[in-house]
Amino acid sequence: MTVLLIALGAAVGAPLRYLTDRAVQARFGAAFPWGTLVVNVAGSLLLGFLAALPVGPALGALLGTGLCGALTTYSTFGYQTLRLTRTGHRRRALANVLLSVTATLAAATAGATLAQSLTR
Amino acid sequence: MSRPVDGGRGGNTARPDQRVDPDVDLRLPADRGELAAHPGGVLGTVAAGGALGALARAGVAYAVPHQPAAFGWATFAVNVSGCFLIGVLMAALPRIGRGRPLLRPFLGVGVLGGYTTYSTYAVDVQRAFAAGAPVTALAYLGATVVGALLAVWLGDTATGRLLHAADQAGGRR
Repeated sequence: MTVLLIALGAAVGAPLRYLTDRAVQARFGAAFPWGTLVVNVAGSLLLGFLAALPVGPALGALLGTGLCGALTTYSTFGYQTLRLTRTGHRRRALANVLLSVTATLAAATAGATLAQSLTR
Repeated sequence: MSRPVDGGRGGNTARPDQRVDPDVDLRLPADRGELAAHPGGVLGTVAAGGALGALARAGVAYAVPHQPAAFGWATFAVNVSGCFLIGVLMAALPRIGRGRPLLRPFLGVGVLGGYTTYSTYAVDVQRAFAAGAPVTALAYLGATVVGALLAVWLGDTATGRLLHAADQAGGRR
């Protein structure tokens, strides 16, 4: 059952990442990987929220491991950073690393704080 | 004319060797058109690949349990190995992807995107700070960034060199 819930959540999360990346690039261009930053921040906010709530294992598997896990990605972030460096955009590569780390950590903290304020 | 219209600052058209985003780079005509050409195929293979990748990640997490104040070894291993594999995949794609338009969506966007995770990483770091383990939090934060970037560089560079060496050997025959 857990396996099915993880697969189901990920089968939604991964295409949602692809479609969000397309929509963000169509609006803001592809010079900086804003699309991946958006999904990574959104997924970190949601997982920070869920992890601080007393959610059951089924919901954790579906929305946490499945949806948030597949919506967010480290491989895409890593490859983008390498490619920005290789194509001569070192400052953008550094900005991608610093922005991703600080914004996802801030989002996870905001999600946890929100969940704690709701359950208090 | 294959030169990007604005000198590479993110205009409308780029060559495949100028790709930045492995999931989708709308400056590449093939990427731009793939969703309209095979909407069900692209979204279906991304979903299927994402499910497989997420299950592999869950398997690693199950094998290596994690406490909130401890170093997240399972997620670290997943993210570093996934970064190595995206480097290998993207370097090999010009050879193995020809005539297979769904290979990058399936393996890159789906399997490796679903396997690796930023949300678990961010929440692990946040929870280690909250549990009063700032040294572990910072070590995990830094080790993942450095390990992942080295892995993607290694995967890409090693694969590129191997393929180049294979070409040279083939050309001499």
